[in-house]
Amino acid sequence: MTTRTATATAAATTAADTVPVGALNLSRTTATAARVLRQLRHDPRTIALLILIPCLMLVLLRYVFDGSPHTFDNIGASLLGIFPLITMFLVTSIATLRERTSGTLERLLAMPLGKADLIAGYALAFGILAIIQSALATGLAVWLLGLDVTGSPWLLLLVALLDALLGTALGLFVSAFAASEFQAVQFMPAVIFPQLLLCGLFTPRSDMHPALEAVSDVLPMSYAVDAMNEVLHHTDMTSTFVRDVLIVAGCALLVLVLGAATLRRRTA
Amino acid sequence: MMNYSPEPPQAPGNSALPPAIQATGLTAVRGPRTVLRGLDFTVPRGQITGLLGPSGCGKSTLMRSVVGTQAKVTGTLDVLGRPAGHPSLRTRIGYVTQAASVYDDLTIRQNLDYFSQILDPTRPTPDRRADIDRVLGEVDLTSHADALAGNLSGGQRNRVSLAVALLGSPEVLVLDEPTVGLDPVLRRDLWNLFHSIAATRGATLLISSHVMDEAERCHRLLLMREGEILADDTPEALRTRTGSDTVEAAFLHLVDEAAAHSRTKETSR
Repeated sequence: MTTRTATATAAATTAADTVPVGALNLSRTTATAARVLRQLRHDPRTIALLILIPCLMLVLLRYVFDGSPHTFDNIGASLLGIFPLITMFLVTSIATLRERTSGTLERLLAMPLGKADLIAGYALAFGILAIIQSALATGLAVWLLGLDVTGSPWLLLLVALLDALLGTALGLFVSAFAASEFQAVQFMPAVIFPQLLLCGLFTPRSDMHPALEAVSDVLPMSYAVDAMNEVLHHTDMTSTFVRDVLIVAGCALLVLVLGAATLRRRTA
Repeated sequence: MMNYSPEPPQAPGNSALPPAIQATGLTAVRGPRTVLRGLDFTVPRGQITGLLGPSGCGKSTLMRSVVGTQAKVTGTLDVLGRPAGHPSLRTRIGYVTQAASVYDDLTIRQNLDYFSQILDPTRPTPDRRADIDRVLGEVDLTSHADALAGNLSGGQRNRVSLAVALLGSPEVLVLDEPTVGLDPVLRRDLWNLFHSIAATRGATLLISSHVMDEAERCHRLLLMREGEILADDTPEALRTRTGSDTVEAAFLHLVDEAAAHSRTKETSR
């Protein structure tokens, strides 16, 4: 009897010990995503701002370029990729910063929650939000504002979703380096603006100074805008589009892993 | 999983189970400061051990070390026979920080529901619900269960935080000043709860406080000052040893004694 109990305990501990640190637990991930969405539900104004502002900006843009619909096509398609990146970046960096400063992160990491579960939970919750945001913005642009896309609007949506994930990943990552909300917000001009200037939205990347063009080659937003333009001008998926999508997805994944590495169970 | 048959509260001769917490040469460094200076102590199972000392003496750092969230800890620190911070301990320790670590934009029940899912996602929902109702009753917040945590008073938020730590009936509870800012009635109720948790579940409680009158309610005391342990004894033995009426007087006596001791060491050099 005693031996049996001892063996059982030993077996149980071994099982607990051998769970790989990076393994994803699906229930804990979905529980975290549900919790993040539940928190947002108590804040309807944030949801309204998240969903309506990109739509309003597109309407604004449509009438700013009233005389040149071609310009609206180019900029509008790019912005469909850029909006989700920026909003998810902001929302995620503030949300994770709050989690760090309120002590809930310390509590969670003292519990059996894997770092990957937390990160994936956030990515899942904000990914769902991004789908809603992008679907509305894309639908509005294509069907009501007359955005002229040669390819499938579904591909625009796919790129927008990947951009949102990239924004979430970047937000999670930089929140580790921000000690206050003030600092977190300042990371937006620091991380997003250079990409915005260099991504080819204002002028084709090939027209930039060669040094800047080289820099833009390693910034993920350049590929997000590239992918949008591919959909804009081609009826089917080009190899450039596939490459761009893979690069954006790869960057999002890489930054998510880096973000997980900034979470420490032990802090000073 | 955690339902060990209740063991007698005092089992000094029971060598089968290691003590709840055992530290040898425990040292912790925060920035330029050495906050814990080579501490040796043992916290027995099934009892309430009070961790007392002035603010800034290292109580919270000691507790964070036990829970495994403190960086730069050296020496040996075993909790339930395993090194502090071991993954298998994460479901067996309940921890309450000084600040209420709960989500202000969720209701009390939503907070408890989330943390309970993190603790054990495989547990059937009815079981989990029963557990949540139990802890709500224990901290006397049943009537507020659907209020947003952010709308509660400071004392109520701290009790939500305590309720989270009570989920899943952990074997060790580490509570950092759980009664601070509470009215006398609630404080009495919570101490009664702590005693019943120790008595009925055989759980070990490590509770910090800087209010010396709470010391009388503990089975054992660790008196701390400036990163060192001045005394590790029962309240009664402390009073007898120092010839004092209260633990507070005993503490002051020990502080004076330690100061005098270090002075003689200086002069003899």
